[in-house]
Amino acid sequence: DIDDVGHKYYLELVLEDVLDKDSTVNCTAEVLYHLGNKNIAPDVQFTLEGELKNTEEADNIFYSRIKSLEKELVAENIPDSHGNVPPEMEPVRLLAWVASGYVIWQNSTENTKFQLAQIKRVKQVKRSDEYLEFDYTILLHEMVSQEIIPWQMTVLWHPQHGVQVTQDSRQPKHASQ
Amino acid sequence: HQVLRIKTRNEEEVKQLQLLESLEHLELDFWINPSTSALPVDVRIPANNVQAVKAFLESQGIEYSILIEDLQVVLDKEKQDMVYSQQKERSSSSFNYGTYHSLDDIYAELDHLASEYSNIVSKFQIGQSYEKRPLYVLKFSTGGSNRPAIWLDAGIHSREWVTQASAIWIAKKIASDYGKDPSITSLLNKMDIFLLTVTNPDGYVFTHTTNRMWRKTRSKIPGSLCVGVDPNRNWDAGFGGPGASSNPCSDSYRGPRANSEVEVQAVVNFIKNHGNIRAFLTLHSYSQLLMYPYGYKCTEPADYAELDALGRAAASSIRSLYGTTFTVGSICTTIYQASGGSIDWSYDYGIKYSFAFELRDTGRYGFLLPTSQIIPTAEETWLGLKKIMEHVRDNTY
Repeated sequence: DIDDVGHKYYLELVLEDVLDKDSTVNCTAEVLYHLGNKNIAPDVQFTLEGELKNTEEADNIFYSRIKSLEKELVAENIPDSHGNVPPEMEPVRLLAWVASGYVIWQNSTENTKFQLAQIKRVKQVKRSDEYLEFDYTILLHEMVSQEIIPWQMTVLWHPQHGVQVTQDSRQPKHASQ
Repeated sequence: HQVLRIKTRNEEEVKQLQLLESLEHLELDFWINPSTSALPVDVRIPANNVQAVKAFLESQGIEYSILIEDLQVVLDKEKQDMVYSQQKERSSSSFNYGTYHSLDDIYAELDHLASEYSNIVSKFQIGQSYEKRPLYVLKFSTGGSNRPAIWLDAGIHSREWVTQASAIWIAKKIASDYGKDPSITSLLNKMDIFLLTVTNPDGYVFTHTTNRMWRKTRSKIPGSLCVGVDPNRNWDAGFGGPGASSNPCSDSYRGPRANSEVEVQAVVNFIKNHGNIRAFLTLHSYSQLLMYPYGYKCTEPADYAELDALGRAAASSIRSLYGTTFTVGSICTTIYQASGGSIDWSYDYGIKYSFAFELRDTGRYGFLLPTSQIIPTAEETWLGLKKIMEHVRDNTY
């Protein structure tokens, strides 16, 4: 507890590569949840003890593939109801996962626990510059309230410049949902 | 890795390829070796040598085409297909336990199990859902009269598909293992098992027809446009307390009063009328947790020590199969305070061995668990359940 400021957590974690379970990196972090105004994202400081794997080759392959598509990529329900993800959609899903991490961070409090539940829809937006742009509608599962929250996010990506969420907004839930 | 098809026009070109073949550092894998110019030469080339080999061929004027652009893609698809047909084969009598099924298909399989294993399995109805679907329970029994019994339910939250899928696998497992597995045999010789595979059939159908993420029942709520009550906030245990919503549109809406949901009332009635239930076990997903009471308050239950030890033993059994780790603890300390939950009700009613499982995974796929994980999930979960059931059998008070 930090008087008049908020609650600070000191964490020791192990990061595990989703694509290679044996590849791990230790990490320490400090997270500060602010008192009062719940609209400020928690402060996060972290230190990686080691290096993240180089993903240049896979990044470039995905980048080239999307850049060379004649029609913009469009897809729905990833994974589908049975948990299936077509192999060529896997990078699109991973990108959403990373980008949703940003959205989750910006909207987290001590009383929330968010997970990406599904990509409802993704549409590529062609750009004249070198970036790839995707417009996602995702479903976030908030575990404390058990709510499924639709969220729109615009994601920019480039192999050397990384991921950026340029725009995001919570979507209204329909009465049938 | 790429696979090229090389069309040699004469013996000279064939010799060039044989030369290439001798260069071991290229790690070429000839699927059709160069021997005569009458036949094409197919060769797999490791990714980092593809450009070099193509450059060589081009410099020699040797014609080639790309047979397989990316071998990994082909292999991945093949694996997918194999897994699919392997899952199909696993099913006896054409019910594929390794995939998700419609309510009708699950109900058909309940009938099939009751018929194939009629000496120990029978099916009966404990009530109807809001939309008038039957609530079917399988009874596993070797006889006796009102023997001490174990209650197991799945699918109270309809979007948690791995639970209904695991339950039907477990039904098959119990039925087919009787007489073969010493543990299950001795268990059923003393006790009965009651299994409700789909506790919330209306919600389950809705997840197939309309909204895969639906959780609640489908009951109409007077005065609201929103539908449905969270059936695991509707039990008479701390009802109305913190950890449930009073907003009908919420996914954790507790309902207008305790037991307002017919599905919940049906289970309560059955348990009370039976009078000899010794364990109450319920399946949820996801998070990989094994929990005992309480949820509605954060104080320890009286039997905390025994329940915690048993929970840990069960989690250990689960882990022994595929290394899947479950966190053990009370609901309140493990996830959150939640009132109106089923195992709190059953525990306060007097059923000491009350446990709630949250099955795979921890969030990567969440509710949308791939079908390839259904059977492994069912197998490991069964080991945990069995551990608890064995303890109940040996400690029937």
